[in-house]
Amino acid sequence: MKRFFKNLNFTLGFILSLTVILMAVASLIRTPYNPDSMNARARLQAPSFSHPFGTDQYGRDIFSRTMVGAVNSVIVGLVTVAIGMSLGILMGLTAAYYGRWADEGLMRFADLLFGFPAVLTAILITSVLGPSMVNAMLAIGIFYIPIFARLTRAVALTIWQREFIEAARASGISELMITWRHVLPNTLSPLIIQGTIQFAIAILAEAGLSYLGLGTQPPHASWGRMLNEAQTFMSIAPWMCIFPGIAIAWAVLGFNLLGDGLRDALDPTMRNYGYK
Amino acid sequence: MTSGNLLVVKDLKKFFPLRKGLFTKPRVWAQAVAGVSFAIKKGESFGLVGESGCGKTTLARLIMRLLRPTAGQIVFDGTDITAMNSKAMRPLRRRMQIIFQDPYASLNPRFRAASIVTEPLSARLRMTKARRRQEAARLLIKVGLNAHDVLKYPHEFSGGQRQRLGIARALSVQPDLIVADEPVSALDVSVQAQIINLLLDLKENANLTYLFISHDLSVVEYLCDRIAVMYLGRIVELAPKNNFRNVPRHPYTKMLLHAAPQPDPLMPMEIDVRDEEAPNPINPPSGCGFHPRCPYMRNRCRVNVPSLVKVDKSHYVACLNLNLKT
Repeated sequence: MKRFFKNLNFTLGFILSLTVILMAVASLIRTPYNPDSMNARARLQAPSFSHPFGTDQYGRDIFSRTMVGAVNSVIVGLVTVAIGMSLGILMGLTAAYYGRWADEGLMRFADLLFGFPAVLTAILITSVLGPSMVNAMLAIGIFYIPIFARLTRAVALTIWQREFIEAARASGISELMITWRHVLPNTLSPLIIQGTIQFAIAILAEAGLSYLGLGTQPPHASWGRMLNEAQTFMSIAPWMCIFPGIAIAWAVLGFNLLGDGLRDALDPTMRNYGYK
Repeated sequence: MTSGNLLVVKDLKKFFPLRKGLFTKPRVWAQAVAGVSFAIKKGESFGLVGESGCGKTTLARLIMRLLRPTAGQIVFDGTDITAMNSKAMRPLRRRMQIIFQDPYASLNPRFRAASIVTEPLSARLRMTKARRRQEAARLLIKVGLNAHDVLKYPHEFSGGQRQRLGIARALSVQPDLIVADEPVSALDVSVQAQIINLLLDLKENANLTYLFISHDLSVVEYLCDRIAVMYLGRIVELAPKNNFRNVPRHPYTKMLLHAAPQPDPLMPMEIDVRDEEAPNPINPPSGCGFHPRCPYMRNRCRVNVPSLVKVDKSHYVACLNLNLKT
């Protein structure tokens, strides 16, 4: 654990992401105001003691809404990475194990998914399935599958060449058990690193979709949604866009740094390795 | 149980395809094992020597059926295992185990010692954690490690200790045959001696049969009853230990014996070595594979492939010029 915190990226990323998660957890217990309740007397108030981040055009407390938006972002990150990782690992392990036709087929399918411009297709999916947070997560998650599939395949292929796999085979372990007990655990550390980085990208993507009105639907608070509502009042109430904007940058930076830091701390030889 | 042979290998071949695309059939092959026959009796230590790239390790993996042979036959204790799939092999794995050359690569870095040494057992029966640790401790003591080491990870052991773990793993299922693929060549000389003596002790106590592969003549001579010399995928000489040192017949065997460092600096040079690189198994020489390096080379050696001929009681040599020399 010590060697992780020696890494500046990791420490900084850890603190930033931790605040996001703490904020999300805290909002589940209590927020200063009800994030969805309107107050006509407190419309478009600048930041003050009673409303540290100010209020919006309906008099809702922006601090409370930013807190609730954190829950939204963390859920999006978790769900999309879970979709991408579970199916991607399955696909990557299958391709690496069977090789030849299965490998070619699955990897060309991954190329196909990569070929689509991600945001554009996410817009397509959400406009076909209807705009909602669930559909936005689905759309982002699907684009994560090939990323994890390729990474898993690449690492798994090198693991299959290691001698301890032969030793396991000579021990009479079945191929499925070798995959489960030997190959999968040895692929996990790069996958966790990649997962952290994709977590950050998902937050950004969901904010983008919500900003376009294709993600989280009103009245639920989401950072992207808040930015969208803020743009009308940009000149008279700039705090409406500043605070959700800072929140997005904060969270994305935090999880990105966390991923970078993890990578450096876990494997110094990969320091110059470019991730997509 | 035919004639006391535990393992019989007949004309075994393994060719590796090179430059294989998805749609194209391979046209170039590497002949790693090009027709090898021998038999190992129960309780015997059979040594296999040869330089790097001669197919020793491929042969070991073929016998363990970690590779599928291209041609030939492998019979283990009366059962033909040549074409068995991995599922059919599984019950036989208990009876044949392998010790790998590299004690670093052959142990999963994420497994504790307890899981490593009991892996062949866990392939056959479910064990509780306590039972596994108990079994592992017993195995560790057997190979000269400390019973407390069961919870350690491989990186916490030295090279020699790691190889002991590899040996413990092979012993866990009380096999009949142990294929030792250069088990000491990755170790320091002082540690080598310890491991070799451990292997000798274990053989006496557990009624084991060894196929011992090495490039180190002295190690094989110390440990084995019979020795086969391999060159370019073929056995060129097979002899009991004493004949091997005293009356070697194949020029390659003589060259090997000569190349090994002798403790006596006054010993005369016996053989004129044509010092050339070992030929490539991708494009092996015609006729006798050894002819480009052989000091006794005749024209026929370029054309005809010699087969193993009996020259003495249980002493076989594959050379076309046996009559020319004494």
